[in-house]
Amino acid sequence: MNDTSQSFVKFEKIDKSYDGEVLVVKNLNLDIAKGEFVTMLGPSGSGKTTTLMMLAGFETPTNGEIFLDTKPISKIPPYEREIGMVFQNYALFPHMTVAENLSFPLEVRKISKPDIKEKVQKALDMVELGNFGTRFPAQLSGGQQQRVALARALVFEPRLVLMDEPLGALDKNLREQMQYEIKHIHDRIGITVVYVTHDQSEALTMSNRIAVFNDGIVQQLSTPDILYEKPENSFVAKFIGENNTLNGVVREVNGSSCTVELDGGFGMVKALKINVNEVGEKTQLSIRPERVSIDNSASGSNNFSGKIEELIYLGDHIRARLDVCGNNEFIVKVPNEGSFNHKEGDELKLSWNSEDVRALDL
Amino acid sequence: MEVPISTAELLTTDGIPLKQSLRKAERRNKLRAFLLVFPLLLFIFVTFVMPIGDMLLRSVDDSQINSVFPNTFDEYKNWDKGADELPPEEVYKSLFFELANGDKRQIGKALTRMNYAKSGWKSLIKKTTREIKKIVKKGEEPVSYKDTFININKLWADPTYWYSFNQMVKDRSSIYYWNALDRTFDEDGDVVLQDEKRRMYIKTWLRTFKVSIYVTIFCLILGFPVAHLLANLPLRYSNLLMIFVLLPFWTSLLVRTTAWIVMLQQNGVINGILVWLGVISDDGRIQMVYNEVGTLIAMTQILLPFMILPLYSVMRVIPKSHMRAAQNLGAKPVTAFLRVYLPQTIPGISAGGLLVFVLAIGYFITPELVGGKDGKLIGSWIAYHLKTTLNWGLCAALGAILLGIMLIFYWLYNKIVGIDNIKLG
Repeated sequence: MNDTSQSFVKFEKIDKSYDGEVLVVKNLNLDIAKGEFVTMLGPSGSGKTTTLMMLAGFETPTNGEIFLDTKPISKIPPYEREIGMVFQNYALFPHMTVAENLSFPLEVRKISKPDIKEKVQKALDMVELGNFGTRFPAQLSGGQQQRVALARALVFEPRLVLMDEPLGALDKNLREQMQYEIKHIHDRIGITVVYVTHDQSEALTMSNRIAVFNDGIVQQLSTPDILYEKPENSFVAKFIGENNTLNGVVREVNGSSCTVELDGGFGMVKALKINVNEVGEKTQLSIRPERVSIDNSASGSNNFSGKIEELIYLGDHIRARLDVCGNNEFIVKVPNEGSFNHKEGDELKLSWNSEDVRALDL
Repeated sequence: MEVPISTAELLTTDGIPLKQSLRKAERRNKLRAFLLVFPLLLFIFVTFVMPIGDMLLRSVDDSQINSVFPNTFDEYKNWDKGADELPPEEVYKSLFFELANGDKRQIGKALTRMNYAKSGWKSLIKKTTREIKKIVKKGEEPVSYKDTFININKLWADPTYWYSFNQMVKDRSSIYYWNALDRTFDEDGDVVLQDEKRRMYIKTWLRTFKVSIYVTIFCLILGFPVAHLLANLPLRYSNLLMIFVLLPFWTSLLVRTTAWIVMLQQNGVINGILVWLGVISDDGRIQMVYNEVGTLIAMTQILLPFMILPLYSVMRVIPKSHMRAAQNLGAKPVTAFLRVYLPQTIPGISAGGLLVFVLAIGYFITPELVGGKDGKLIGSWIAYHLKTTLNWGLCAALGAILLGIMLIFYWLYNKIVGIDNIKLG
């Protein structure tokens, strides 16, 4: 991934500050390969949108350089960058029809009228809005507006498409549908996409790789599965998916694994040594809810018990909130196999494999 | 239970027709809503509808003179102008008695009206009335009323005076409207231009239009960037700027206008600075006030907020992402502005333009004070006739024409932009 010749977009030592006092982006180094779908994921204020705006040319990096196709682009104005963008609220021009919105980027490029017409129709067909050219944006539903914005960002065949939380304004069903649609369009035309969102499931669904932002720093850049299964720090573990945490102190280090004594004298836990180095260090253990088993046979290497605080019936599974080792937010997902007959207040026996517990920073 | 089919009347659960029940339920709310707005309706009716109605009636009203000389006018209608040079004896006779017995104040009013038709009437009738009263006092009955009149003053033998009656014999008259357009009736009742020295309204109307259009254009040119700044600056600065925009509203119009006189006059601040800078010589001081230039400058400044505020309210809701999106799509900033931003401000431009134009066309105080002789607008004439000549009919006609012009502009605006698009704040 560090191979410069391979990367299509390259952020090199980017710092960004608006007021000279606070860095919103700190030492960002990011390489994006051609045709890749990369998502910048993070809570609001983590610097992901700023990063996108620097790439689009609406913000200037305070330090460092961005390369597009090996050429530095900091001095190129936004209108010459040939980068398409889907804005958060679509930014469709309300005084133009859908077709006029789509022909706008082509007209300013002085493309001939028949070509414009053909390209606009092709782009509209691509987003399945072939008959909507004469409508005004206000006459379209949110999802349709979203597609028009997407078509407009693609119609002039940009080198790269940026999307700034494009699905944020849609309802849940439509959002999921659009996620697949965007993904399919990406697969079909093979364009490089940089996508910004704060919705982790959206990021997991669509991306080739995800850069998790927090506090202006990329916490982890990886494929969705690695990000979920092998988070490298406690922020990523907490931000991606559901996560149970137990705090403790490292007592023993043994190659790639370690033993952690839980705070409050609840016992010892065997875990993978990820983000801790030496004995005596404080650590946060991370266990995914689905990796905890309530099998009483207790085959795992870590055996504990917890009191049921709350049971929520969710159809395909039952979500149990337990009090385990002093953490009363400990979630376990019990598959609904018809055999679960515990009540709130009952004690449950829990176990998990030591490979599923990751000792991270605190 | 049977489900009612669509043709049957819908009933409520209790069997009352649904529409009736709905009306009953809504009646109270409607009544309450009406009572709430009633004082306002009354206020609008008393202060707006009635005065305007009165003005419109007054602009065509000619009934006062008809009530003073009813018999004379009746007889006058029998005069065959082709056959006789002067009206028949009966006309003179009726006029004799109506002058002798009429109410002095009413006749005085009527004389003013007669003087609009032909100057000279007032003194002629006044002299004649004095003589007639003497004759009546002596108790003599004239043999020929016509000769008596002509003996009193030989102008009574001049048919042009009699012809001018023609335009007064009806209860309704369009004379004031024609007067307001520098026209009058000739002896045959045809519309002709006024004497050259009495033509001033057309000139003033044209100047009013010219000044209003210029003021609107200048307000737009000056107001657009300010509104844009207001809409796009961080709140801290835009609030401060907004205070500067609104500050004139908190200052008396008179103060602002006199301030402009201080600024612009030949010994004023601007000329002083220019002389001090050496741009102009001391005897080359520029005349910037008491003429059209002064009117333009002062009115532009005074009406500027009325352009800025509607523009601001429109610009504030144009997302900043639109300009970004346009540039992202490959448009240079100028193109992006012209094709994406500017079209979206049209409702604001037109609302501000309409507001400024309509206010400017009827503006009075500022042009009156800084306009001098050749910077006066039509409003000054209305005030002049209202206060000085008391020709309220002409005032009403001028006002009605002004109202008509505004309505035409409103109609045009609605045709072109659509009144639903107006945004005033």
